[in-house]
Amino acid sequence: MPSHDVLIIGAGLAGQRAALAAAEKGATVAIISKVHPVRSHSVAAAGGINAALNAEDSWESHAFDTVKGSDYLGDQAAIEVMCKEAPDEILWLEHAGVTFHRNDVGQLGTRAFGGASQARTYYVADITGQAILHVLYEQLMKHHEQIDRYEEWFTTELLLDDSGNCVGAVCRNIRDGQLQIFNAKSVILASGGAGQAFSPTTNALICTGDGIAQAYQIGAPLMDMEMIQYHPTTLAENGFLITEGARGEGAHLYNALGERFMEKYAPNKLELASRDVVSRAEQTEILEGRGFPDGTIALDITKVPRKRTLEALREIVNIGRDFAGVDITREPIHIKPGMHYIMGGVKTDVDGQTPINGLYAAGEVACVSVHGGNRLGANSLLDTLIFGRRSGEHAADQALSKAMPSTSHSKIADTQRKFDSILNRATGGRRISEIKNELGETMNRYAAVYRDQAGLETAHEIIRRLKEEAAVAAIDDKGTVFNQDLLGAVELEYMLDVSECIVVGAKERKESRGAQFRTDFPERNDAEWLKHIDVSRNGDDAPSVTYSPVSITQWEPQERTY
Amino acid sequence: MPEYTLRLRRYDPETGEAPHYEDFKVELEGHRSVLEAILQVRNEQDGSIGVRCSCRAAICGSCGVRTNGKAGLACHTHLDAAAKNSKHGENVIVVEPMGNMPIIKDLIVDMEEVHWKKIRRVTPWLVAKEPVPEREYIVPHAAMVDVTQTMACIQCGACVSDCMTMEMDPLFVGPAALAKAYRFVGDPRDAEQGQRLKDLSEDPHGIYDCTHCFQCIEACPKGVAPMSQIMRLRRRAGSDFHIDDRNNGHRHEMAFIKNIRKNGLLHEADLLPDSYGGKFHPRAVPELLSSLPVVLRALKTGKVTVKKALLHEHKASPEIKRIFDTVENREVRLEYNLYISGNEDDLADDPADTTGGTATATLAPPVVEAPAVEAPAEPAAVETPVEPAPVAEPAAEIDTEAPAEGEPTEGDTQ
Ligand SMILES: Cc1cc2nc3c(=O)[nH]c(=O)nc-3n(C[C@H](O)[C@H](O)[C@H](O)COP(=O)(O)OP(=O)(O)OC[C@H]3O[C@@H](n4cnc5c(N)ncnc54)[C@H](O)[C@@H]3O)c2cc1C
Ligand code: SF4
Ligand code: SF4
Ligand code: FES
Repeated sequence: MPSHDVLIIGAGLAGQRAALAAAEKGATVAIISKVHPVRSHSVAAAGGINAALNAEDSWESHAFDTVKGSDYLGDQAAIEVMCKEAPDEILWLEHAGVTFHRNDVGQLGTRAFGGASQARTYYVADITGQAILHVLYEQLMKHHEQIDRYEEWFTTELLLDDSGNCVGAVCRNIRDGQLQIFNAKSVILASGGAGQAFSPTTNALICTGDGIAQAYQIGAPLMDMEMIQYHPTTLAENGFLITEGARGEGAHLYNALGERFMEKYAPNKLELASRDVVSRAEQTEILEGRGFPDGTIALDITKVPRKRTLEALREIVNIGRDFAGVDITREPIHIKPGMHYIMGGVKTDVDGQTPINGLYAAGEVACVSVHGGNRLGANSLLDTLIFGRRSGEHAADQALSKAMPSTSHSKIADTQRKFDSILNRATGGRRISEIKNELGETMNRYAAVYRDQAGLETAHEIIRRLKEEAAVAAIDDKGTVFNQDLLGAVELEYMLDVSECIVVGAKERKESRGAQFRTDFPERNDAEWLKHIDVSRNGDDAPSVTYSPVSITQWEPQERTY
Repeated sequence: MPEYTLRLRRYDPETGEAPHYEDFKVELEGHRSVLEAILQVRNEQDGSIGVRCSCRAAICGSCGVRTNGKAGLACHTHLDAAAKNSKHGENVIVVEPMGNMPIIKDLIVDMEEVHWKKIRRVTPWLVAKEPVPEREYIVPHAAMVDVTQTMACIQCGACVSDCMTMEMDPLFVGPAALAKAYRFVGDPRDAEQGQRLKDLSEDPHGIYDCTHCFQCIEACPKGVAPMSQIMRLRRRAGSDFHIDDRNNGHRHEMAFIKNIRKNGLLHEADLLPDSYGGKFHPRAVPELLSSLPVVLRALKTGKVTVKKALLHEHKASPEIKRIFDTVENREVRLEYNLYISGNEDDLADDPADTTGGTATATLAPPVVEAPAVEAPAEPAAVETPVEPAPVAEPAAEIDTEAPAEGEPTEGDTQ
């Protein structure tokens, strides 16, 4: 049984940063990922990462923009920590080797991003996430003596001891199907988001909410689950993302009448208002008949000088050409709002600690909450790194002063039984993929930019039905080597749990704030709803709701205009 | 909607059956990707098909496969383009696992065993220059863009799959790992550029093992152009660091240059001795003796005749001399890198200009076949950055001579 001081589940930016921080503290570390670490979804982050590093900028300004962006649901104490520590984190990355863009005099250069009062987004062309992820992986290879990598291992559940401490996890080696218990003094969940519960989505096929569901299963509370970000610029056909960097570089949005409609909705910030505002504006234009016949809006990047586009937005030039047949340097590309990010997640404090002793969470799987009702572009990479590092440090400190807890092998038999029962399901029911499609369409219909009670009730009923269908859905692959079919069935269960929590949270919040716009409650209501909704598992399989306060340090809620 | 036949190479180690091909029908529009077709089949017909994939958008590097014999990303290969290149019948698309790596199951290969081991071979992390500054390292804008080309590598393994040298010499460090090496050698913040170059020059399976077959440039979906990075490593090793590799690779290249400068054409009889420092160099004698069989074979087949060997029938024309003069008289060596500059057409900075722009809507690897252009409006070149710290023998001065080795066409086409 592998035993380590710190066990990290997930090897995206949050997980890898946590691993390096824990190792630096002297802990032994295991990092597990169901795909090779550089395939983690952080690789797709394009636009950049925020920090108030310029002399003219200040962390307070960054923090205020974040608070306002969150529609005052973000926890200000946590936001302060993130924004204060951001500059040092950028420098740490630079020293580790990230090839950040330079200005004419060779210093770090920035680009503008939505919802920000300063150009404070640091970037590497439009492969920022990839560049950082690959550099962190370089560091993992460098520190291989302290950090054991388990690449292509799938975590199926978290382990609690008799007193309710988290002491490890059960994992399956995807390569040969072997089950293994990983024993640890501290466990950090860093397994990313749950975008695949929606269809279409900008998220990769691996973003199936595993960690959120696994924490929920052992009783950890989830927070802000109703807050789902729709990104303003995604391709209609497949949901691929056109980075906000495009608008940061100067691209405009037009409706089918050729109007630059953001002048109506956000007269000051225009296309660079925060994402919920821009997405809602687009959706309104489309619903009121001013979109293109295919239900889209035009994003015009030809405004940006061609040479600049080719240097700074190369990836979306490729995406436009290869996946939409459009040369974005010469013609507008059609886009619409698309599911992109889940603000909610496993509730943690600023050290990544969940209410379950020994269990930490960081990155998209977690909710600190620094994003509140709406995440600003380029704040998520920052969130993963700052709270990844803080979790790693805290988890290592705790672990170094503890003895290795004991775990029992009996859990392996339980998990094996569960797998066997999936393998032995009788054919005849629906296919996994059908259930997944119906879930995605349901969420995208009822839990999207505009929501109302009736729609959310319908969505909830559908999810309950899909849960029953998923419990008996048969699979084709009966083998042990790379049985992706089997893992797909497990992931579907995770997505259904996460979806249910999203819908329960959305039904509960009877107001409009950030990404949640209720057509039946169109106003923000600070008197009743300036609070977090926590969802946790109640008995067998029904989420129950509680509330927790929002931390307010220096910014009282105001009306939000851009 | 067009119908395609997806012919998948199946292999399941647990059944004990030999690998075989299985046909599946899919209906999808032609601009959809081969990956979408595979997933449609997996979702609707056979869930046991093994394929790695995640992002669907050519970003994560998971889905390297061979389509109709050529390595690339399944999610980055359009069905209609694949069908057009098929030699197996109308709309038949053959998908197989990548080459040069052991197969685990169906389309899944063991990247760890080959690709990642080789990556680890090149000390794949920055050895930061001391002292580490309090703020960022100050480095030229262009140097960062230059290494961004290799940072763009998503480690998909397509180049490794199709590398000709690796097929012959499994120990070859290989295109992806060498491109990774350039990511540090080209990074002005790295302290060990000289060591890295010395190591990769002296390894008989290192930078001089590549045979310029262009396969890696063809295969790469991200425009990393590994072969070009290997050429850059060689230039830096030879010209900036004066590394005499044991394999004699650098001198061999210089012999080519000398040969062309003198004759305008290759004069093989001079090439071999020159590669060892001239006919009278002490190393030349044993080397020439050991090469005797080659010489004899060349004589026998008429590739070299005594007359040709002794008389120089061809003299370099003044144009050739002029090229050498122009290049060698530059104060700094210019590295033309179309990845930075774009090609001439891309540089037309006028958004209203719709006359150019031909390189769109194809799914061929984003390699634009265009020769390097002489510095247009803005110089499309990076000056060889910073003072190299020589390791082997201290070099008195930085030699900024540009080796003429295929400069304009050697594939800096991104
Ligand atoms: C297209 C796109 C562009 C974006 N651009 C930006 C941007 O410009 N700026 C910005 O700030 N943010 C951006 N974001 C958001 C940001 O990329 C993500 O929120 C962030 O990268 C999440 O990182 P993470 O480390 O939490 O998770 P991930 O990178 O998703 O990593 C999750 C890890 O967990 C592992 N894992 C999951 N489940 C299991 C399991 N069951 N067992 C074992 N391992 C498991 C995975 O293998 C993976 O290693 C973008 C997001 C998308 C989709
Ligand atoms: S050019 Fe060199 S590295 Fe590239 S595939 Fe050919 S032999 Fe391999
Ligand atoms: S160089 Fe290109 S082909 Fe080779 S691994 Fe990197 S991205 Fe893939
Ligand atoms: S699925 Fe990510 S590169 Fe093809």
